Amino acid sequence: MLEIKNLHASIGEKEILRGINLTVNAGEIHAVMGPNGSGKSTLAQVIAGHPSYEVTSGSVTYDGENLLEMDPEVRAQRGIFLAFQYPIEIPGVTNSYFLRAAYNEIRKSRNEPELDPLEFLDLMEAKTKIVEMDQTMMNRSVNTGFSGGEKKRNEILQMAVLEPRLAILDETDSGLDIDALKIVSNGVNALRRPDNATIVVTHYQRLLNYIVPDYVHVLAGGRIVRSGGKELALELEERGYDWLMEPAA
Amino acid sequence: MSKSAVTASSTGYDQKLDPSDAMEAYAADFAALTTRRSTDPLWLRKQRDEAFARFQEAGFPTMRDEDWHFTNVAPIAERTFSLAKPAQVSAGDIEHFRLRHEEWTGVVLVNGLFSRELSTLDRLGKGISVRAMSEGTSDIPSAGEEIIGKVAPANAAFTALNAAFMQDAIVIHVSKDASIDLPIHIMHVNSGIKVRQASHPRVVILGERNSRAIVVESFFSARDSEYLTNAVTEVVLEEGAYLAHYKLQRESTSGFHVGTTAVRQGRTSNYVSFSFATGAALSRTNIYTTLDGEAATCTLNGLYMVDGKQHVDHQTSIEHVQPHCPSHEVYKGILDGESHGVFNGKVYVHPEAQKTDGKQSNNNLLLSDRARIDTKPQLEIFADDVKCTHGATVGRLDEVGLFYMKSRGIGDVRARQLLTYAFAADVLEMIELDELREALEAMVLHRFTKQLDG
Repeated sequence: MLEIKNLHASIGEKEILRGINLTVNAGEIHAVMGPNGSGKSTLAQVIAGHPSYEVTSGSVTYDGENLLEMDPEVRAQRGIFLAFQYPIEIPGVTNSYFLRAAYNEIRKSRNEPELDPLEFLDLMEAKTKIVEMDQTMMNRSVNTGFSGGEKKRNEILQMAVLEPRLAILDETDSGLDIDALKIVSNGVNALRRPDNATIVVTHYQRLLNYIVPDYVHVLAGGRIVRSGGKELALELEERGYDWLMEPAA
Repeated sequence: MSKSAVTASSTGYDQKLDPSDAMEAYAADFAALTTRRSTDPLWLRKQRDEAFARFQEAGFPTMRDEDWHFTNVAPIAERTFSLAKPAQVSAGDIEHFRLRHEEWTGVVLVNGLFSRELSTLDRLGKGISVRAMSEGTSDIPSAGEEIIGKVAPANAAFTALNAAFMQDAIVIHVSKDASIDLPIHIMHVNSGIKVRQASHPRVVILGERNSRAIVVESFFSARDSEYLTNAVTEVVLEEGAYLAHYKLQRESTSGFHVGTTAVRQGRTSNYVSFSFATGAALSRTNIYTTLDGEAATCTLNGLYMVDGKQHVDHQTSIEHVQPHCPSHEVYKGILDGESHGVFNGKVYVHPEAQKTDGKQSNNNLLLSDRARIDTKPQLEIFADDVKCTHGATVGRLDEVGLFYMKSRGIGDVRARQLLTYAFAADVLEMIELDELREALEAMVLHRFTKQLDG
């Protein structure tokens, strides 16, 4: 589904990703771990198409197509979803208006019929249950005045509505208490299907108790320095990251 | 610096005159008016003569005047606008601007003259009277004589011009303790003929003790044309009176608009104003209030939204004369194309006005590299125990917000449209009158949909 080869990316003059190789197939869950500043979030943002990052070399293909040539909205329409580490507040646009606009744009891009507000309301009723979210949140401005936990839940709600093929969760666990973490994880697990894939970006192993990965990759200095199964996450929990931090070659 | 003319008009009048020629034309019009109105009451004739003398002496303001530093009125000064004549417009012409609220009391002025035919005054009810001076001054409550020319700054050139040439005045009198829930919608319509014409409508609102009323003033043209609307509204609020006063400046984009609202507030009165400005080639809105009684409150909010070569200027002034008065002010601007916005918000706190609580902000969104805003918050405090804040911002659409929307599949055009709307939304949300808020929200959203969809 996703194939990243020798990916280099910079922000301004600073090179952050320095040769990433990663293949993600349908049905898989990959965890990307690593210390602060290792490039985890940058990788997530580059896949989603954040305009601040410049890809200087390498390639990313998605379903055999060149992902890097697609605008962010096209990537989303093709099924890529990034759950933001810091979800953006949009005062003045209600959650339901925003989600319906997104949902319908994606439907339109696939030549599927758009939903009217009433039909969408029915859909929302079902989806808000997945993340145990109060319906009244739909009438509030997007993320505006939401608590940290509410923002993260709102990201998963968007994911539930948009039903991506490739979901990237960027530090979705940060700032969540254990109850919220369970709700978010249950949401992610409930949305799992054989034809979609998930990349979980996290600093801590904790989340991986709830969202069990097939593969764990350790990112350091902009490169993947170690890959393994889910047991690698436990080892990291025990030993920290230092033992993997070799001086850059 | 050479004086520049505003956009070429679709009416094909590109003739410009030397300002002195224009002044002669005003003098001729004035002579004709005084002859025609020789039977007006003495006070009115006297006021008219004095006002014209002041106008002749002062002339139009120039950019050397501090209050006009960022707005060049040469396009108005160099044109001759003959005094507007009575004209007919059809109900269909104004239908669109009624905001689909037929049940509101409608007061229609065409070219500055009251039209009983188009007005709907049958639902007025008790405790309020709405009179037009043109229908005879005898039954106009003394409010007319007591207030006209007494609240608005007489020396200002455009106010003097209005006082000299006003052909009609609407006098709204809200009696003591009367609470009028039904909004009064004053529609200032330009008939849109192919001759440059000027109208100088005057509105007077008196809110007696503990009264309550809602007044909406709309300015527009039945069709696109080059004209000048120079309006003055004077408001007196007695103790405990409340007035919500909305102004919708939707003039034709070839038109010129100068509008002054001057308010005098008594003890514990509450004046709530919202100014929406989106039309005219060049517009200037002045809103001045004097908090002349303890614990009087005012809220001055507004939104201006222009593009092309439009020029939109707001000047507000809040005079804190007495203690314990809160004032709140939020103005937002959205500027696209080569448009130019100006905001000047003055807050004066007099020495006696202790415990003043003043908040002012002006935020601007520039959608194009060629759009420009000059913003000048101006706080002058002569009392020592006060709380006053003010701030101004100028920015562009938030790139992170745009990316967030796009990452959800929303295309660039629609994402920009939604964020632009969102910028305006919080100031629109402060509008208490539900029907008006919804109408403006729809108008703002529509404007950007239309604009962005080409």
